[in-house]
Amino acid sequence: MTTGTKNLRRREPLTDTQLLVTITVCIFFAMYAAAMLIWGGGFLRPQKVFDLLNDNAYLLIIACGLTTVMICGGIDISVGGVTSLVAMSCVAHMNNGGSVFTGALLALGIGLAFGAVMGYLVAYLEIQPFIVSLAGMFFARGMTTIISVDPIKNANEGFAGLMKTKIEIPWLGYTARNGNLIPARMEIGVVVALVIMVIFLVLLRKTKLGRSFYALGGNQQSALMLGVNVRRTRFLAHLLSGLLAGIAGFVFLMHTGAGNASNAAGAEMNAIASSIIGGTLLSGGVGNVLGTFFGVMTLSTIKSIVVTSGLRDPWWQSITTGAMLCFFILLQSVVLSRRGRHKAHLPAWLRGGAGKQNA
Amino acid sequence: MENGVVLAMRKIGKVFPGVRALHDVDFTLRKGEIHALMGENGAGKSTLIKVLTGVYEKDAGEIYIDGEEGAITIRSPQEALSHGISPVYQEITLCPNLTVAENMYIGRTPGALVNWKQMEQKAGELLRNLNIPARPKQQLGSCSLAVQQMVAIARAVDGDCKVLILDEPTSSLDDKEVEMLFKLMRDLKARGVGIIFVTHFLEQVYAVSDRITVLRNGELVGEYEVGKLPQVELVAKMMGKELESLSVIKKDAQGGARAPETLYEAEGLSSSESRPFDFHIAKGEVNGFTGLLGSGRSESVRAIFGADRVTGGRVKVNGKPVRIAKPYDAMKHGIGYLPEDRKRDGIIADLSVRDNMILAMQVMKGFFHPISRADAEKFADEYIKALEIKTASQDTPVKSLSGGNQQKVILARWLLTHPQYLILDEPTRGIDVGTKTEIQRLVLKLAEEGMSVTFISSEIEEMLRTCSRLIVMRDRHIVGELTGGELTQEQVMHTIAGGGN
Repeated sequence: MTTGTKNLRRREPLTDTQLLVTITVCIFFAMYAAAMLIWGGGFLRPQKVFDLLNDNAYLLIIACGLTTVMICGGIDISVGGVTSLVAMSCVAHMNNGGSVFTGALLALGIGLAFGAVMGYLVAYLEIQPFIVSLAGMFFARGMTTIISVDPIKNANEGFAGLMKTKIEIPWLGYTARNGNLIPARMEIGVVVALVIMVIFLVLLRKTKLGRSFYALGGNQQSALMLGVNVRRTRFLAHLLSGLLAGIAGFVFLMHTGAGNASNAAGAEMNAIASSIIGGTLLSGGVGNVLGTFFGVMTLSTIKSIVVTSGLRDPWWQSITTGAMLCFFILLQSVVLSRRGRHKAHLPAWLRGGAGKQNA
Repeated sequence: MENGVVLAMRKIGKVFPGVRALHDVDFTLRKGEIHALMGENGAGKSTLIKVLTGVYEKDAGEIYIDGEEGAITIRSPQEALSHGISPVYQEITLCPNLTVAENMYIGRTPGALVNWKQMEQKAGELLRNLNIPARPKQQLGSCSLAVQQMVAIARAVDGDCKVLILDEPTSSLDDKEVEMLFKLMRDLKARGVGIIFVTHFLEQVYAVSDRITVLRNGELVGEYEVGKLPQVELVAKMMGKELESLSVIKKDAQGGARAPETLYEAEGLSSSESRPFDFHIAKGEVNGFTGLLGSGRSESVRAIFGADRVTGGRVKVNGKPVRIAKPYDAMKHGIGYLPEDRKRDGIIADLSVRDNMILAMQVMKGFFHPISRADAEKFADEYIKALEIKTASQDTPVKSLSGGNQQKVILARWLLTHPQYLILDEPTRGIDVGTKTEIQRLVLKLAEEGMSVTFISSEIEEMLRTCSRLIVMRDRHIVGELTGGELTQEQVMHTIAGGGN
């Protein structure tokens, strides 16, 4: 112990969450910078970032909900199905005389209903979240096909107007060959996604509910002893995840403009991958949505890089995603086990000098 | 209520179906006192604590607490807290992924928002006040176990705490950490908090407590001042034998004709759970580890079998140096181990009697050489007869057998592998007297046939009857070895209490 005040003002070492999120952010920027240097072109224009955001706004929304559930130590694989069902229901509703407003309400309603039922099963009847949400996924995918096997194109003028509305940012634009200034364009869905992200950032950090999510994921038994209402907390996590899946369905429809039985195919898996890349641990208690944002961006950037580098066949993206995920989970377990608390069983050459033994 | 008394429990009774867990127990805690609650397994310590913290409801008796008129009722842990009774459990019940400050205040603050600044400031003051070396913003998981324990105590004593219950707080701490914890306990005592200290480390009781209450078989043995109760008397009271009335029990049988050659020998063997120790056993010898609960006897034999992570030491089997790092290594050298907790480590509840029996043998043969159905049935039949296992058929799931018969199934599992050395950890716990003597007889018979056996039991009489050599442990160290004429209850207790030979 040296002088007291100095000691108190010393910077705390990063928490696990901060450490993992920092790693992801650094890797994202490094990767993006490398892409700019190597492939130039599209990557040099700010519009590239907006394109990634436009394409993945719905994924970011889903991933925020999923991150919340994963922080509690749970999982929700129904989100892709719910997104798909919402997109299909909304387009069918709005084409048959519904307004945009009632369509949005329908989206929220379906999302909340799925979240509530699954949350009840998981939290109060204590059924494995994986099984419950697997059932939810099949159910939602099935319902989507019942509404229509064929794709439905949006015919609602109000909604078409909403789809066309883009936020233009002239100073981030570029000048095309013919001399016209093309401003950077961002869809409304991106704004929705970013607002949701900020709300969840605050929710997870500043509210008692948010901290209860972390406590639950850290150690459920302890959380109970510390006075956390474990069941209600778990229920709310699934409810929020369902709600966000509903919103994501609406945003998805705003981006694509059509309902399709294969809407958002594999979105739940991409969302899980994004959360994990963003530093959320599947075992719970660690992670935040800022990391998830960078997880989504990292994943979409790498896919974009794969395409740009000439590997246009779709399987290359899958393979890269797999390799990427593998790289990140390995990195995370190495980093955490070097901190010495998480008992990952690493081979000796990875453990380095960390395995010290007090005699 | 008397002056200075902070908690009085009077004539507490608690009955579980078929068991009288507590009967007429009195307990008195004074202000600024550290009061040790002692007793062996099943004495009723934890039941008493659970009655006090509202986990169980008492069936009889009254509880009074300082500052409140009349007897109080405690129906839930929350109610216990509201009366100023705060427990800190052996297992740390905090969240390692949250910060120290959060762990101290989560679930206790009003409103929907977290005021980080205020929370961290309050936590910082309390930690400084209690001299706990933790920083509010630190992630709890980065603190040592002792500091985590102290943070849990800080959470418990914040606010209006009159009674602090420490249930085995030192079981996973090393000596230096224990000293830190004791300092905190003395600090709290000086502030007038009454502390109930549950532990099975004798030395720690004498280092820090003012008074001792001893329970045995759910009844109060007595309340004593620490200075007036020598260790050996405390051990006698816990075990239920008055020193004067101890009778010398002769063994029914000696461990067979002992061959002089050593079968197993360990030097400085240590594991993640046990301190280094030396040990050896001869062919056909029956020896045993004895000591109070938690003295390290199970941890020692687990180290021999490689059940915990072995960290050092030299081992010889039949005079040849070998390496035993995991149970499979031990099995290859003919060592079998019957674990203490048969429900957790031993039986596989849903498998049949036959499948449970051939398990170890199958592992030895390798999974690519399956034991044929006919062989398995033959072996199972043979051992069901030999050990008189009471089961409907060999296809019966093991979980539907009685405790004693389950134990015999596991015994059969090991006998099938024809071990030269068998370790039995509490093989007779929770089984009826008849089966107990059967197992004891079996142990002696196996030894006569040349097998070496190490036997552990909480019941001294049983150990004295079966073992020809006893290794006595206290506080995770071997404190003595008794053979021949020294094998008496009195001598064992003296050795446990630190009298030596």
